[in-house]
Order: sequence, then C-alpha cells, then structure tokens
Amino acid sequence: MDSKRKKKSPSLFKSLDWLTIFIYMVLLALGWMSVCGASYDYDQAGNIIDFSTRSGMQIVWIGSSLLLAFFILMTDDRLIESLSYIIYICFLGLLFATPFLAHDIKGSMSWIKIGNSSIQPAEFAKFGVALCLAKVMSTYNFDVRKWRDFIICLILIIVPMGLIIMQKETGTALVYSAFFLVLYREGMPGCLLFTAISAVVYFVIGVRFAEEPLWGIEEMSLGHGLVMLLIQVFTIGLIWVYGGKATDDKQRTKVSRQILLYSLVIDVAAILIARFVYPCNAVWAMVFVCGASALYLLYLSMRDRVLPYCLIALFTLGSMGFFYSADFVMNKVMEPHQQMRIRVLLGLEDDPRGAGYNVIQAKIAIGSGGLEGKGFLNGTQTKLKYVPEQDTDFIFCTVGEEEGFIGCAIVLLLFLSLILRLLHLAERQPYTFGRVYGYCVLSIFLFHVFINVGMVLGLTPVIGIPLPFFSYGGSSLWGFTILLFIFLRIDAGRNRLQH
Amino acid sequence: MEGKQGSTKANYELEKRKYVIGGAAVVIIIVYLLRLFTLQLLSEDFKMSADSNAFLKRIQYPARGAISDRNGKLLVYNQPAYDVMVIMIEQIGVDTLDLCESLDITRDWYEHRMEEIKDRKRNPGYSSYTQQLFMSQLSTEEFSRFQEKLFRFPGFYIRKRSIRQYNYPNGAHLLGDVGEVGPEDIEADNYYRSGDYIGKLGVERSYETVLRGEKGMEILLRDARGRIKGRYQSGKFDIAPIPGRNLTMSIDIELQALGERLMKGKLGSIVAIEPSTGEVLCMVSSPTYDPRIMIGRQRGKSQKLLAQDPHKPLLNRAIMGQYPPGSTFKTSQALTFLQEGIITPGTAYPCSHGFHFRGLKVGCHGHGSPLPLIPAIATSCNGYFCWGLYYMFGNRKKYKTVQDAMTTWKDYMVSMGFGYKLGIDLPGEKRGMIPNAPFYDKAYRGSWSGLTVISISIGQGEVNLTPLQIANLGATIANRGYYIIPHVIKEVQGMPLDTLYTKKHYTRVQRNYYETVVTGMRQAVLGGTCRIANTSFYEVCGKTGTAQNPHGQDHSVFMGFAPRENPKIAICVYVENGSWGATYGVPIGALMMEQYINGKLSEASQARATVFENKHLYKTNDDLPPAP
Repeated sequence: MDSKRKKKSPSLFKSLDWLTIFIYMVLLALGWMSVCGASYDYDQAGNIIDFSTRSGMQIVWIGSSLLLAFFILMTDDRLIESLSYIIYICFLGLLFATPFLAHDIKGSMSWIKIGNSSIQPAEFAKFGVALCLAKVMSTYNFDVRKWRDFIICLILIIVPMGLIIMQKETGTALVYSAFFLVLYREGMPGCLLFTAISAVVYFVIGVRFAEEPLWGIEEMSLGHGLVMLLIQVFTIGLIWVYGGKATDDKQRTKVSRQILLYSLVIDVAAILIARFVYPCNAVWAMVFVCGASALYLLYLSMRDRVLPYCLIALFTLGSMGFFYSADFVMNKVMEPHQQMRIRVLLGLEDDPRGAGYNVIQAKIAIGSGGLEGKGFLNGTQTKLKYVPEQDTDFIFCTVGEEEGFIGCAIVLLLFLSLILRLLHLAERQPYTFGRVYGYCVLSIFLFHVFINVGMVLGLTPVIGIPLPFFSYGGSSLWGFTILLFIFLRIDAGRNRLQH
Repeated sequence: MEGKQGSTKANYELEKRKYVIGGAAVVIIIVYLLRLFTLQLLSEDFKMSADSNAFLKRIQYPARGAISDRNGKLLVYNQPAYDVMVIMIEQIGVDTLDLCESLDITRDWYEHRMEEIKDRKRNPGYSSYTQQLFMSQLSTEEFSRFQEKLFRFPGFYIRKRSIRQYNYPNGAHLLGDVGEVGPEDIEADNYYRSGDYIGKLGVERSYETVLRGEKGMEILLRDARGRIKGRYQSGKFDIAPIPGRNLTMSIDIELQALGERLMKGKLGSIVAIEPSTGEVLCMVSSPTYDPRIMIGRQRGKSQKLLAQDPHKPLLNRAIMGQYPPGSTFKTSQALTFLQEGIITPGTAYPCSHGFHFRGLKVGCHGHGSPLPLIPAIATSCNGYFCWGLYYMFGNRKKYKTVQDAMTTWKDYMVSMGFGYKLGIDLPGEKRGMIPNAPFYDKAYRGSWSGLTVISISIGQGEVNLTPLQIANLGATIANRGYYIIPHVIKEVQGMPLDTLYTKKHYTRVQRNYYETVVTGMRQAVLGGTCRIANTSFYEVCGKTGTAQNPHGQDHSVFMGFAPRENPKIAICVYVENGSWGATYGVPIGALMMEQYINGKLSEASQARATVFENKHLYKTNDDLPPAP
C-alpha cells in the first residue's frame, strides 16, 4: 500500500498546471510593457527600468509576486484549507480597522501605509472570502438550495462588501458580487440570477430614458414606460416557462393569453388617449396593468393552490417596487460623482470636460491604435496623460493604442483562455472545497475583465477596479497572484489518495 | 442510498451550469472584440482626435517681405503686434466680465466672436483643442495691459505677429494693405487658415505669394493640461518658415508724394513711366488716403468710411478709370495715317474753326489754315485729324470696305497698347475701349462710314483709355515705337523679374514717323498748346488734351515726355473736370518732370506747386480718420 501511495502521489512539479502558469507569465510580461507605455515620461525618456519610475517599480512588484507564488506552492494545501476560517476572520478585522488606519487618498479610505508603500487590504480580502466560502460549502450536508445555507453564504459575502463600502471603495466591493456566480454553480436557483440581472436591466433602461418623452407625450417618461412593458413581458414569459409545471399546458396557455390580451389592449388604449385625446401620464395605466396581472395571478394561485403563480406575482410586484425605489436611490441616495458616472455611461452626459471625459479619451486612445498599434512606447494619448489613471484602471487603453487591435485581441483571448482553463481545473477537483475555490477565482477574474475592459470600451459603468496583471500596483498584483496560486496549489494536490 | 443517487443526479445537472458560466465568458469576450473592431478598424475619427489631442501644430509665421522705392527708401516694413488666441476647451470658467474689461470690448462682441469661432462654416479649421484667433493686432500698450492679467484667463494666449507699418503717407493704391483672410480666400488657397493675413490691394495683393514667404510648423507634444512636453520626434518633422522676399518698387516716393500733393482736391490721376524700362515712376490716383489708416484693428472702420466716400478714394483711377483721351490721342492717329500712307508730313488739310463736311461739324480753335501735320499737332487742330480719318476710312483703293479700314485702324491702336489690359502688376486693371468694326456694325446696323465715327480721331466718342495707357502712349513715342509693359516692381529679392516686364512690344509704326510726331509734340511745347511746360533745362515734348464729357466740365489732360533725346520720363496727367489741358494738365506735368529730372523743384516751381496744391475742384472729405 505504501509503495502504491507513493506512486499515486506524483511530485508537485508534475501535478502543477503549467499551462495556467504560462498564461500568467505572458500576461505579466504584457502587463509590464503596458505599464512602461503608460507611465513613460518624456522628461525621463529611456529609464523604463529605473526603480524611481512606475515601470521600474512594477518590476519589483512582479518579482515579489513570483516569489510569493513560489512560497504558496511550497506550502501544503491542506494547511491553507484548515486555516480558511482564521484567514477570513483576520481579514474581516483588518477591513474593519482599515478606515481608522488609512490616509485619505482621493476620497478613498482603503490604503494602509506601511513604510514607504501603501497596501489595500480590500484587494487581498478576496482570497480570504473565497477560501471561507469554499470551506463552508464543502462542509458535510451543506446545500446552497437550503435557505439556511444560502443565507450563511450571503452573510459571508455581504459583510466584507459592507466593510469595503465603508472605505468608499464601491468598485472593489462590487467585485464580491462575482461570488454569486459560484453560488449559481453550486445550486442557487437560476431564477435568482435572472432576477438580479433583470434588476440591473430595469435600472439601466429606467435611468437612461427617464427624461425622454414617450412618443412625443411630454407627460410620459419613455424610461418608465419601457420598464413597465418589460415587466409585463417578463411576467407573461415566466408564466409560459413555469406555468406548465404548476398546472397543465392548457391552463398555462389560457392564463398567459388572457394577460397578454388585457395588457396589450389597456396599454395601447392608454397611450392612444394620451397621445390624441387628453395628454396625461399613461404610464400609470401600465403600472395598473402590472398590478392587476399580479393580483390575478395571486388569485389563481389561491384558487388552484399552485405556488409558481404566487412567485411570479411576487416577481412582478417586486420588479415594480425595485424600479421605483431604484429611481429614488439614484436621485436621493447616491453620491453625486457616482450618479454622474452612471449618467455618463448611459449617454446622458456628454460634457467632454466632465465625467464623460475619461470614457471619450479612452475611446480616442484605443481607436487611434488601429490594427497594429503605434508600437511599444510610441503611444501619445496615454503618455501625455489624456487618459486619466492611464497606468491603473485605464491601462487597457495603452494596450489598444500601442499594440492595436491585434494586441487587444491577444490579451482578451489570453484572459478568456485563463478563465476557461480555470473552469476546467475547477471542474476536475475531487472535492467541493477545491471546486468552489476554483470558481471563486475564475468568477473574480471574469468580473474584473468584464467591468474593466468594458468601461474602457464605454460599455459598462466606470467602476474603478484594476485589470488583473496589467494595472500598476503591488496590492492588486499580489492579490491576484495569491488568489490564483492558492488554487494552483490546491489543484496540484488533487491526485493525493483520499484518506 | 436513494438520496445519494438523487444528489449525484442533481450534481450532474449542476455540472452543466459550467457551460452557462463558460458561455457567458466567451460571449463577453466576443462582444468586446467586436467593439474593439469597430473602434480601431472601422473609424478614422479617433486617430484624428488623438493627433489633435497630442500634437500642437504651432504655425511659425515668416516675416513678410519689406518694400522699398527705386532709390532704396524703405516704404513698408513689419512691426510687432499681438493677437489674442483662445483654446475653447481650456477657457471654461473664465471671468468674461473681467476679460472684456481688460481687452476693452463689450460683452456682446465677446459672445458674437465666440459664436463666430465655433461656426465651422466661417472657420473651417476649428478645433476646440487648438488655438483660435480671438482678437487680432493688439497694440503694444493694449498688449502690456492685457499681459499683466493674462494669468487670470486660462485658455487665452498671446501670439506675436507682425503687422505692416508705412514710412510715408503716400502710395496707398500702389502699396495696398494687409488684412485678415476671408472665407473665400481660405476656400481658394488652402495655404490660409482663419486669422492669417493676406494682401488686400496693390502690390501686397499682386505679389502676395512672393511677399508672404512660407509658413513653418513646429510639432509639439502637448499633454492633457496643455503643457508642452517637447518636440515630436525631436523636431524631425518640423518645418522652418521661409521669410518673404523683399520688393524694390520702381516708384520714386518723392515724385509720388509731389504728385499726390499737386492732385489734392482734384479727381484724377498722374502716371509717370521710365520709357526705356517700362518702370512706373509714380502712379497717383486722387483722392487718395494715408495707408497708415489701414493698419491693425482700425482697418475695418477705415475701409468702411473709404468705401462710403462718394469720390471713391479706394478706386485706383490710374488703372481703373476709363476716360476719353481727348487730343492726346491725335498723336496715335498721326502715326497711323503716316504708316498707312494716308498722309505725309507735308500733307496739309484745311481747318476753318473746325471740320465742316456734309452738315457734320467738329469745332476747333483759331489757327492758320490749311496746315500740315507738325503744326496740326502743335496747335491740336481737330480738323486735320478728322480729315485724316475721313480719307483713311474712305480709301477704297486700300481698304475694300469701311470695315476693313476700321479693322486696320483697330490693329494699330491695339499695337500701341490700347483696348486691352496692358498687364501691369497691380490688381484691378481695366482695359479701356477701342471700338472695332463689328461694334459699329451692331450699333449702326451695318450702315456707317468714316464720318459716322469721326470723333474717334480726336480721342472722343467710343474711345476710352486709362491714364496708364495714355502714359504708355507717351512712353512709346519717347521710345520711338516700342513699349515695355509698365510695372511697379523693379526687383524681387533673389528672383529674376518676370520676362513679361523686360520684353519690348513694337507698334506697327516705323521709327521715322515717330520722329515726326515727336517734332510736333516739341513744337506744342515751344509754341503750341503746352507752352507752360517749356523750360531751358531740357527739351520737353508734350500734347494737351481737353476731353469733352457728357457729365460736366471738360477733363484736362496732358501727355508728354522729357528730355526729347534719351527720355527719362513719360507722363500722363488727367484731371477730371479740369477744363483746358493747359489749365491743370500741362503745369502739373511740367512740375512732375522737373522734380524727377532735376531731383527737386526750383523755388519758383515750389511756389507754383503750392498754388496747385490749394486749387480744389471739389470739397474734400475731412471725415477720414487721421493716421496714427
């Protein structure tokens, strides 16, 4: 048995996933080139490896990250697993203490100064939360579909998020919502994800078209009308999909047709009246339709004792409630700069000097790159500081400007292959712990790439989060390295004989 | 066991969710790649935006060429002026009230100007990232006042430019002036950008491309805050400006000044030409104005006042005024008749106070009759030249029809430089009028004869010449048969003169006939109509003209040259409504010739000049702004 065990436990070197490490190395190299391009200063031309420059410092961060990676690979994955809760609690304490220790940097209270450099605990806390989630979800009999277990997960995610929001780092806090993707993989109902996504859609459409009149009727807001229409469409669609399971197909068809007919007649009639007879806010008629449909569904669920109708009714009512409270939050709760960022993203503000300036300059920088780019260190837009935060959040502009479409495509495809590789590695884990942690890692990478590249391309809100391995800075680079290499260490131990 | 099986099945179901997550990642990356594709490969706009962001293309203005007179006296040179520039994107938040006060402009003007700058139709090169001309040509005092406060107005810059300055108050029509380019100039020549200067009149316009030089360009790297971070590629693509070439005019500024002085209060023109070279020695058009009122920002105001003046001071009468030449034209007739063999110097025609024939009457003054050619020229006999034309146009042995005779006559006239633009190097020259056979065929429906058109023989009727053409006639006679196209620029620095201005144009008349006419003109000075011009210092030849015009008093004309041998100056004086040629034309011409040949006026002549200076034929306009 002993000899067999030895045979079955191959060396760390052989069981490491070298493909992931290769992609990691290539991304690091490309990232360093981009930092060189972005932080290049005409006054100090030629000193890209001088440690007093950003590009020189990035070499230090990259070197220390590699060292860090090496140490992580040298530890025992079982040790890491057993320390999960302690690490999580330590991070909670640290996150809680950060605002009291931090210096105010551009309104953010998330940086702790250690010696000459500052670190951002929120960047590291991600792996702590990931470990904790993995540990909790791998406990015996844990099932995220159970309310109790789901709420435990929710609390584990929301507490650090709240602490980070208190540091005024909303962007970093939002990254933690990526963990919901992990919960989805582990069994969280898909309709919850659907609900969350539709909430985002309501919000975006509602705010984007709030000020525009519907069909020339000044009293009616196009945004509100569209959202009400969407709620009606979703309601009918949900009846169509889930109604069959609740009763039978005939009943479902009948109910959905009824609601479709009434909604259509009342909506169209109300809008026609507002347009041609008496100008009034016909959105209220649409709100009425939504409400009436929900009540009708509630009545049906009572009469026939079927739960799905009740849930659909709740979805409909919840959608309306969410939309109107989001409207309120947007106008009353959000801070002006956040409001502005959202409005700019949705195309409501196009003052080139205002908040839209970032997005416009980012597009100019990327667009000017063309197919092949201007060449290493030849970009002008990022170097001359037209793009703000050009070596951190907007680093992708430098890739676009200097390396062109080809460079951008290579970088994006590298990220995609990294994420898909991690997906494959996560799925091959023999234990829930490894799988959940793997999904946490890939979800965070996916979220960062989605938001960061999206904002640079003007497709997603301008949320200040770094592009992994590209953005300048020790904290984020160390954070991502730790996150990734702990998973690689766990993966390397997958073939160990079960005890 | 059942539960475990169920959970395995559920786990299998859940494993399929990896495709949802992986699929989402793939979709996101594909969407981003498509977005990148449209941003980077489908639109050129971003490249241009990027260039206008990062490259500050600073234009380097060359010094405009200086202009001096034929004796090397500096007439026009450059002096510094200061333009106020604005970069729209940087000027937000400027205290406009303070700005308007500092620049002494009104709020309305400010707003109007800002609108103008942003209007791409009027300002095609507009970009909110580059310097746009806000206000031009601040004087040194205005500039120093504004510069003290400049730090308070971000986005506003000072650009040093040079504007023209004039040493003499003379020669406005010749020198012309410089003003901002209009939209049509930018349209016509893409060298110009809004706010550039261009020659507007005179040699400033006709020699614009020589005077302006070539603009240079510095390509600077500018960061987001507008700070200059150095030269693009260490100035590899910079272009150095090429200064404009200096011009030497053929004008004698002293002579020009005297001419303007003598023409004060009179409408008309004086043109003097050096016969051997075709160089214009002076070109006076009256009324004139001081070129210095056209400098800087007062140009617009002055221009408007001048344009409104009923006496049209902006009109260069020397080349744009088309007048009947009157009796000065008789010399050209004499030459034509001699060459065509209609007369010989000995041929005498009768004149009994004019030309009386078949009920037609052209009046003349008292002199002996019949008389041959030379006294006919000297006494300016109308009858003689009417007979000449009558016999020429009626000569059916030589010319088959009157049309043939007319065409021959016209060819002589054209060979003497009439009827078409001479081609002087000034803008706006008019061609005058020499009628031809089809013209009369149309006017008289084919039924006309020498008698019908008899008045053209004495420089009346349909014949019109510019004073320049009359002066050129004088030069041609002085040269005994050829002229060189008159020109006002003697030398362009570093460039040979256009061969157009060195080539001799021979007329159709032989040299010996010219001698006869010269003798007639000499007789006119010695004992004819031009006696006032006689002087013991040199031999003056001249011919008066008293041109009738339907609008009032006759025009007073003089055409002459001196000395008789190796002439140095040929001249035309044309005074509108000055009555007899001897009243204004001859004395003014005599003073001009004296000034040029002797280099100064004698005391007696000075006194006479003052008398003429103060003889005014119309009420002068005192509304014109004084020169600074």
